[in-house]
Amino acid sequence: MNQPLPKAIAEQAEIIAEHARREGLDFYPTIFEMLSSEQMSQVAAYGGFPKRYPHWRFGMEYEKLRKQHVYGLGRIYEMVINNDPCYAYLLNDNMFVDHKTVIAHVYGHCDFFKNNTWFSRTNRRMIDEMANHGTRVQRYVDRYGQERVEEAVDTFLSFENLIDPHSMFMRREAQVQSSAQIEQADKDRRENGDVGRYPAKPYMDRYINPPEKLREDREALQKEATDAHVRYPERPQRDVMLFLLHNAPLEDWEADILSIIRQEAYYYAPQGQTKIMNEGWASYWHSTIMTNYVLEASELIDYCEHHSGTLATSPGRLNPYKLGIELLRDIEHRWNTGRHGPEYDACDDMATRREWGKDKAPKGRIVGRGSPGREKIYQVRALYNDVTFLDEFLTPEFVEEQKLYHYRQDPATGKMVVVNRDFDQIKRQMLFMLTNHAQPYIYVMDGNYKNRGELYLAHSHTGMDIEIKFGVETLKQIFKVWKRPVHLHARIDDDPILFTFDGEQSTQQHIDEEVPKPANEF
Amino acid sequence: MGLQIDKDHQRFRKIVKGKIRKDLRKFLTRSELLGREGKKYISIPVQGIDTPHFRYGDNSDGGVGKGDGQPGDKVDGGDAGQGGTQEGQHILEVDVSLEELAEILGEELQLPRIEPKGKHRITSQRDKYSGIRQTGPESLRHFKRTFRRALRRQIMSGLYNPDAPRIIFERRDKMFRSWKTVLSPQSNAVIIYMMDVSGSMGDEQKELVRLEAFWIDAWLRKNYQGIESRYIVHDVRAGEVDRETFFRIREDGGTRISSAYRLAKDIIENNYAPSEWNIYLFHFSDGDNSSESDSRDCCSLLTEHLLPSVNMFGYCQVASAYGSGNFINVVHEHLNDEEAVITSRVNTKDDIYDSIKTFFAAGR
Repeated sequence: MNQPLPKAIAEQAEIIAEHARREGLDFYPTIFEMLSSEQMSQVAAYGGFPKRYPHWRFGMEYEKLRKQHVYGLGRIYEMVINNDPCYAYLLNDNMFVDHKTVIAHVYGHCDFFKNNTWFSRTNRRMIDEMANHGTRVQRYVDRYGQERVEEAVDTFLSFENLIDPHSMFMRREAQVQSSAQIEQADKDRRENGDVGRYPAKPYMDRYINPPEKLREDREALQKEATDAHVRYPERPQRDVMLFLLHNAPLEDWEADILSIIRQEAYYYAPQGQTKIMNEGWASYWHSTIMTNYVLEASELIDYCEHHSGTLATSPGRLNPYKLGIELLRDIEHRWNTGRHGPEYDACDDMATRREWGKDKAPKGRIVGRGSPGREKIYQVRALYNDVTFLDEFLTPEFVEEQKLYHYRQDPATGKMVVVNRDFDQIKRQMLFMLTNHAQPYIYVMDGNYKNRGELYLAHSHTGMDIEIKFGVETLKQIFKVWKRPVHLHARIDDDPILFTFDGEQSTQQHIDEEVPKPANEF
Repeated sequence: MGLQIDKDHQRFRKIVKGKIRKDLRKFLTRSELLGREGKKYISIPVQGIDTPHFRYGDNSDGGVGKGDGQPGDKVDGGDAGQGGTQEGQHILEVDVSLEELAEILGEELQLPRIEPKGKHRITSQRDKYSGIRQTGPESLRHFKRTFRRALRRQIMSGLYNPDAPRIIFERRDKMFRSWKTVLSPQSNAVIIYMMDVSGSMGDEQKELVRLEAFWIDAWLRKNYQGIESRYIVHDVRAGEVDRETFFRIREDGGTRISSAYRLAKDIIENNYAPSEWNIYLFHFSDGDNSSESDSRDCCSLLTEHLLPSVNMFGYCQVASAYGSGNFINVVHEHLNDEEAVITSRVNTKDDIYDSIKTFFAAGR
């Protein structure tokens, strides 16, 4: 479907790649393709991929993107896939200078994909994988009919956000030790009565290790062991998708589709976790490369328009490109001028702080290369995600300089109004918006609630209630999978409420002593 | 052309139109893109389906923004300036195009197009230069397309030299404008809207009427050219008003529905011969008529004078806090056999769709 990349652009891509490498960027081989705006909208609707499984929501996204394009409201300049090799798409009716900017920007993304630790567990052959998913789902469509497959997909999508992005980095105990080994160790421990027996001379043993205490301990240990066996899951499980995949009564093809959706959710998770950093990093590099090396004088105005359009902010919304690039530049500057560490932090004389390390800042045309600031941001791009990035590097000076404010709805008028410019408040708010991608934390607490095979989920409350109407609808979707009553424990207006859908009706009750407890509690 | 996503897109459209997967309809959302046309801000409707997720409730906790402003200032800027004398910029002035909205509405409600009927249908014919073809007179040559084809051919065949761009047309590159003859049915149609403005009709009720009348108007205007609208308001007496007044007026008093029907009858007799006009009557009321005898008068007026001459009589009853709302029952009782009579009830805004659907379902 793609058109051959014009020679002039291919040459530019080579030149820009060379500059990028010299600046220290390290990326997978990158393949650029030229697309028409329709094709670009398709690729964008497919989440960056040329082929996905059939589903209406891609069509919905496509329609929206087309409308945006037709009415001139938005333009997709760039699309890049985290894959080895990286694929990136250029829009064919863009200007030459746009292409150059996009190419430089793309190398920033590719470097980020390759080197940021949060991406380290993503599948680098995702293009093939996505196409395989497409084929697999299509095969089910042929066999079971579009309606059935689509309904299954819709159902599974309603809990695609219930995954645990950190689980990619966990090493399960089971992988370290085989379960047989663990059991054997447990058995030995129990039979030998090895429950914290202290070494003692025989004549003292009775006093140092009193037999009653030993018996008590042994019983407690046994009880714990049996309890753990009954508890299911053993501890609250955040990967609800996985729990359902393992335990819900699904047909093989349904389970396969569920695993496909889960896999894709995990693939996209790091992109959600690093939006600000990723875009900031890419913008930092297109700006650095363009202005230092490849921008022609005649292209200046168009470049500026493109760049400022990308970084434009509108009130009430933070632009991740802008926030990211500014914060990276701030870090670079701070490390170049030594504005970090205990000595700087302890200094509370504003004038000194403002002048701090000014003489140290490197000068010259190519400012960054090899400077401590540049080293630092390379480290930041490797180790951080948006939450840790803001948590560690957001400073009151930065917030003031960037004119950030905290806003909320005025209860009297219903309008959004500026509340204040309080640093702590702003930071807390930003971190909250970013944590878990602003999704509520939902855990499986019990897969055999009341010993009746009912599913008990719980919302771990972190300051905001969940939306009730959608919550109930989601329960209905989960019921379709679990096929037994499902419950959600949520806190609404500081009241613990148990929402239940039993297949026919949904009910809610206040949780008090009467309500049976699930196997796990927070 | 022939993109893979077209399949997904068509499927999405079908779901939106309610043809398949009806279970998803309840998750339908409407949002809008804000665009700008010259000085006007326009709204482009976007439909979506929002399948349920666990998510956070209202965003009363606010967020973080960027820019100038003192505590207490509105985030979107609006009145933040001096004294707030300027009009807020974010006001929507028009919707994209009524055409398009009516189209969407038609698609969604599966409204059949209203066939112009009667022998007085006039069909106008005109030529529209909308097509393109490969032969034609030089005077109609489409320069841009021709140029583009020539350029493409030269690039493909390697003749194009970017340093010395010279595009030479060949005969096969040439593209010409061509016309299609468009037949547009032109029919005479008049819609007479009648609204009860007695004391029991509150602002909320009027809002419902306004919305419903607006959509009916939009829909009929799309299907007919040269449509006329007449507006009647009534309490115990009826009077004809202009469109503006119709939607704004607020009166008090009792209700005598027959007064409106009588006026409608006069208007039709004096101006619109049923043999030449498609006539549509819509009456909106809370159904609280003053007396039983007046309700009977209404029925006889309808059966003897109005119904024989109109295409349709739509009675729409809005729920009201006051009164009996009995008129709809009277209509049901006496006029059940009349095909031209359609009734519907509207309690909330959500019912407006269904109401319009009821009115036009049969394609009258």
